[in-house]
Amino acid sequence: MTELSQIRNFSIIAHIDHGKSTLADRLIQRCGAIADREFHDQLLDSMDIERERGITIKAQTVRLNYRAKDGKDYVLNLMDTPGHVDFAYEVSRSLAACEGSLLVVDASQGVEAQTLANAYQAIDAGHEIIPVLNKIDLPAAEPDRVRQEIEDVIGLDASEAVLISAKTGIGIDDVLEAMVARLPAPKGERNTTLKAMLVDSWYDSYLGVVTLVRVKDGVLRKGMKIRMMSTGAAYDIDKVGHFTPKPVDAAELGPGEVGFIIAGIKTISDCKIGDTITDEKKPAAEALPGFKPSVPVVFCGLFPVDADDYEKLRDSLAKLRLNDASFHYEPETSAALGFGFRCGFLGLLHLEIIQERLEREFDLDLITTAPSVVYRIALRDGSSMELHNPTDYPDVMKIERIEEPWIKATIIVPDEHLGSVLQLCQERRGVQQDLTYAGTRAMVVYRLPLNEVVFDFYDRLKSVTRGYASFDYEIAAYEEGDLVKLSILVNGEPVDALSIIVHKSHAESRGRVLCEKLKDLIPKQLFKIAIQAAIGGRIVARETISALRKDVLAKCYGGDISRKRKLLDKQKKGKKRMRQIGDVEIPQSAFLAALKTGS
Amino acid sequence: MNETGRQFGVYVHWPFCVSKCPYCDFNSHVREGVDQARWREALVAELRHYAASTPGRVVDSVFFGGGTPSLMPPATIAAVIGAIRDLWPVADDVEVTMEANPTSVEAARFQAARAAGVNRVSLGVQALDADALRFLGRAHSVDEALAAIDTARVTFARHSFDLIYARPGQTPAAWRAELARALDLAGEHLSLYQLTLERGTRFWQDHARGGFVMPDEDTAATLYEETNALMTARGLPAYEISNYARAGAACRHNLIYWRYEDYIGVGPGAHGRFAVDGAARLRGKRATRQASGPEAWLEQVESRGHATAEDRVIGADEMPGEALMMGLRLVEGIDRRRFRALTGRDAADVVDARALSALIRGGFLTLDDDRLRATEAGRQRLDAVLARLLR
Repeated sequence: MTELSQIRNFSIIAHIDHGKSTLADRLIQRCGAIADREFHDQLLDSMDIERERGITIKAQTVRLNYRAKDGKDYVLNLMDTPGHVDFAYEVSRSLAACEGSLLVVDASQGVEAQTLANAYQAIDAGHEIIPVLNKIDLPAAEPDRVRQEIEDVIGLDASEAVLISAKTGIGIDDVLEAMVARLPAPKGERNTTLKAMLVDSWYDSYLGVVTLVRVKDGVLRKGMKIRMMSTGAAYDIDKVGHFTPKPVDAAELGPGEVGFIIAGIKTISDCKIGDTITDEKKPAAEALPGFKPSVPVVFCGLFPVDADDYEKLRDSLAKLRLNDASFHYEPETSAALGFGFRCGFLGLLHLEIIQERLEREFDLDLITTAPSVVYRIALRDGSSMELHNPTDYPDVMKIERIEEPWIKATIIVPDEHLGSVLQLCQERRGVQQDLTYAGTRAMVVYRLPLNEVVFDFYDRLKSVTRGYASFDYEIAAYEEGDLVKLSILVNGEPVDALSIIVHKSHAESRGRVLCEKLKDLIPKQLFKIAIQAAIGGRIVARETISALRKDVLAKCYGGDISRKRKLLDKQKKGKKRMRQIGDVEIPQSAFLAALKTGS
Repeated sequence: MNETGRQFGVYVHWPFCVSKCPYCDFNSHVREGVDQARWREALVAELRHYAASTPGRVVDSVFFGGGTPSLMPPATIAAVIGAIRDLWPVADDVEVTMEANPTSVEAARFQAARAAGVNRVSLGVQALDADALRFLGRAHSVDEALAAIDTARVTFARHSFDLIYARPGQTPAAWRAELARALDLAGEHLSLYQLTLERGTRFWQDHARGGFVMPDEDTAATLYEETNALMTARGLPAYEISNYARAGAACRHNLIYWRYEDYIGVGPGAHGRFAVDGAARLRGKRATRQASGPEAWLEQVESRGHATAEDRVIGADEMPGEALMMGLRLVEGIDRRRFRALTGRDAADVVDARALSALIRGGFLTLDDDRLRATEAGRQRLDAVLARLLR
C-alpha cells in the first residue's frame, strides 16, 4: 500500500505526432521500469496498427517508481489513453482515473485541434495540467510563440511550461519533478465501501480478461467477490496487480491506486468502460458518475470479396470483438454483395482500424459499403426508428420526420488555406460558430452534419489544406434534416449496396458522380446497360454503357483446345468475383472503387 | 468421307521457319540445317505410336501445319503420307493440306508436294500491301504472293490463303479494297483473321511499349461486319468466325476440330484429341500434347518412340464444355443429336439455363430441335457469350 500523498496519477495528452509515446518511453526508462535490453520504441502501443499510425487504441497503465529531489519515493501511474475523437468517451474515463495531465505540444508546430480537444477534456475532468513543450532541440522550435498560443487558444497559464526533447532526453527530470510538485495527490478513503472505476479491459490469451481499474475508495484484494454496478454481475478476484509495464501481482490495490484485476470474467463485453466495481457483500449505494454504455455512431456493411470467406470473416469479427466490445456486428445479406455483416463503430477511425485489422491480421479481402450515420426517423403512425442501413429506409409516405446527428468541429489551419476550409465546410452544410486567430493560424468552429463528415471530409480537408489543417470534433445533437434515399439502379434493378442517405440538395450531384463512376467501372457487356440514380421514383441522373460489339478470339489454335479452355477458365474465375444485378455482371472492383470515399 | 460418319484427322507439325514473324506465337523455330532423315523417321515413329491407340480409324484429313511445312523436302512429305497410308485405312476423298509461305522458293516445290500426295494448300499471304507485309515481318513481296497464288491454283485441286486485317491504322476503305483484290484471286476458300496480340510475341512487347496502336473495339467490329457482308455478297460466306468458303468447300481438317471429332497430332508441340480406346463416347477423350522444343522432341522420339509430354483423359464432365466452345464457332452451330452421342448430354442442358434464354432473346443464339447455333451477332461476341453460357 502506498500513501495517498505519494501517488500521482497522470495521463499524457497530445496531438498526433507531438511526442506522446516518446515521452512515455523516456519516463519509463528514466524510472528504470524496464531494462534497456527489453526496451523498444512506443512501448505502450502493443498493436502494430497503433505503432504504425501513431495512435493509441487501448488504454494502458504503467506504474513508475520515482525518488524525487525531496528524497521521498513516489508512485507515478501513467495512464496512456486513446487519443482520438472516436474514443472520446473512453478517453474521458481514462482521464477520470487521473488527477492531472501532461499536455504535450510540439514546440515547432504549436497547438493543434486535437491538443485543444484533449485539453478541454482534461479541464472538464478537473485536471491540473502541466504544459510540456516538446522537440525544443529542433531548429524550428519556437517555445515562446507556442507558449503564447497555449495561453491564447486554450487559456492555460504556460509560463511554467516544461521545455523538453523527449527524443534526446532533455528535461525529462524536470517533467518528473513538476509532476511531484504540481499535480495533486489522489483523494480516497481506505476504510469504506469499495468503489473502483473500470478504465478498460482486454483479452489476454494467458490471463483471460484483464480489467484495468482505478480504486477511488476502499480496497481491492485477491479472493474478494466484486460486483459490476451496471450489470449486477459478480465475480471472484483471482489476481490483482499493476503494470511495470509487465504485469506484477500485488496483495491489494488501495485508494488512489491504478492496476489490474483478473476475475474469471468470460468476455470483455461484460466489462463496461466507466462502470463502477464494488464489493459484492457490501455494495456502494451509488455508482461513480459519468458512466455511459458505448453506442456505435457510424455503420457500414463489410462483405468478403470471396464469398467463401464468409465464415472466416465471422470468426475474425468474433475474435476482434474479444478485445473491442465497442464495435457491433450482425449478419447482413445484400443482393449485390452477398452475405456479410452490418457493423457499428465509434467513428470513422475506429471503422478503418477494424477494417485494416481484418485485412491484415486475418488476411481477408473486404468490400466496405459507404459509411452511414444513425438517423432517427419519426413515422406517421407515431412510432419511431433508428436507421443504421440505407436499405432499411422506410416508404417515404410513412415518414413524418428524419433527424440526423450534428457535430461541433474545430479546425485549426494556416491562414492561407482558411478560404478553402470555409468553402469546404459551407459545401458540407456547415454553420460557422466561431473564427479566431492564434498568430498566423485560424481556428474555426463549425457545426456540421455528421453524414457530411463521414463522406470523405477528412480526405478533402487534407487535400485542400495540403495536410496543414488539424481537425477534431464532438457529437453535438440530433436535428431534423431534409434527407432522402438515393438509389442506384442498373437496368432498372436497385443495387442495394450503393444506396445512400443524403441531403436533398446534394442528392442530384452525388447521383451524377456515382453514375459517371460506374459507367467507367462496369465493362461493356452483351446488352446495353442503363445506370440510373433515383430518389424515390424520380430519376435524377443517367448514364448508358453501350453493348459490346466485338469479343471473340480470331484464331482458334489448330487442335490446341486446351489453350482456348484456359482462356475461358480464366474468365470463369473472374466471374466468381462478379456480382449479378439482373442481367448485368458487375465486377467487385467496381463496387470497391464506387464505394471508395472521395469521388 | 468414311462410312461411319465419324471423322478422323492426322495433324503433322513442322516447327521450322526461315524467320519468326512478330505476331506469331505458334511453336516455330529458326534452325540452320535440319537432319531430314532423322526428322522423317521421328515423325513416322510418332504416327506409329498413335496408330496403336486408334486402330481401324479411317483417315479423312491430313494437315501439315507449322512452322512452315512448305520448307519440308517433298521426300519427307511423301514418307509421312506413305506411313499414314500404311498405318490406317485412308478415305478415297482424303483431304491433304499443307500450309505454305508464298515465296518463289516454296512455290517452286508445289509440284513436288502434289506428287507426294498434297491436294490442298493454305497460303500465308497475310496482306496484299507492301507496307503491311513489312510491318507483319513477312519475307515475301506482294508480287511473289500473287505468283504463288497463281501456282497454287494451277497445281492443286483446292487452295486457300490467309489475310490478317484490323491492322494498326488500317481504314475500312483500305481493307475493302484489299479484300476485293483478294477475292479476285481467291479460289473457294479464304481465312481472314483480325490481328490479335499474343503474349510472348514481339508485337505484344512493341504494343505494350506504345510502338503502335491497335484499332479500337468499334473499328474492329465495323471491319468484321463489313468483311462478313462482302464475303457473303461474293459467294464465300463465313462458315466459322474467321473462315469463309463456297458451299461444300470448307476446310475438312478444321471442321474436325470445330465439330469436336477425333484427331491425333504428331511433331513438336502438336495436340491430339481422340476417343479413349477408339470407342468413342461417354468414356472420354484422350488429350495429348507432344514436347515442343524441336531437339527435345527429336531425342525423346528416338529414345522411346514418341515425345508425349501430356496425355490425360477429358472426361464426361469436361467434354460438353469443349464441344460447345468449339462448335459455336461454326455457322452451322452444334448438332444436338451428335453432341448427345458424343458427350452423353444435351447441348441445351449443359449451359446456364437463364443465360441461354437471355442470349436467345438478345439475338445471340438460336435453338431448335436440331441445333444450337450462335447468330452472326453471337459469333462476333462469342467469348462473352461463352463466358455467360458456361458456368
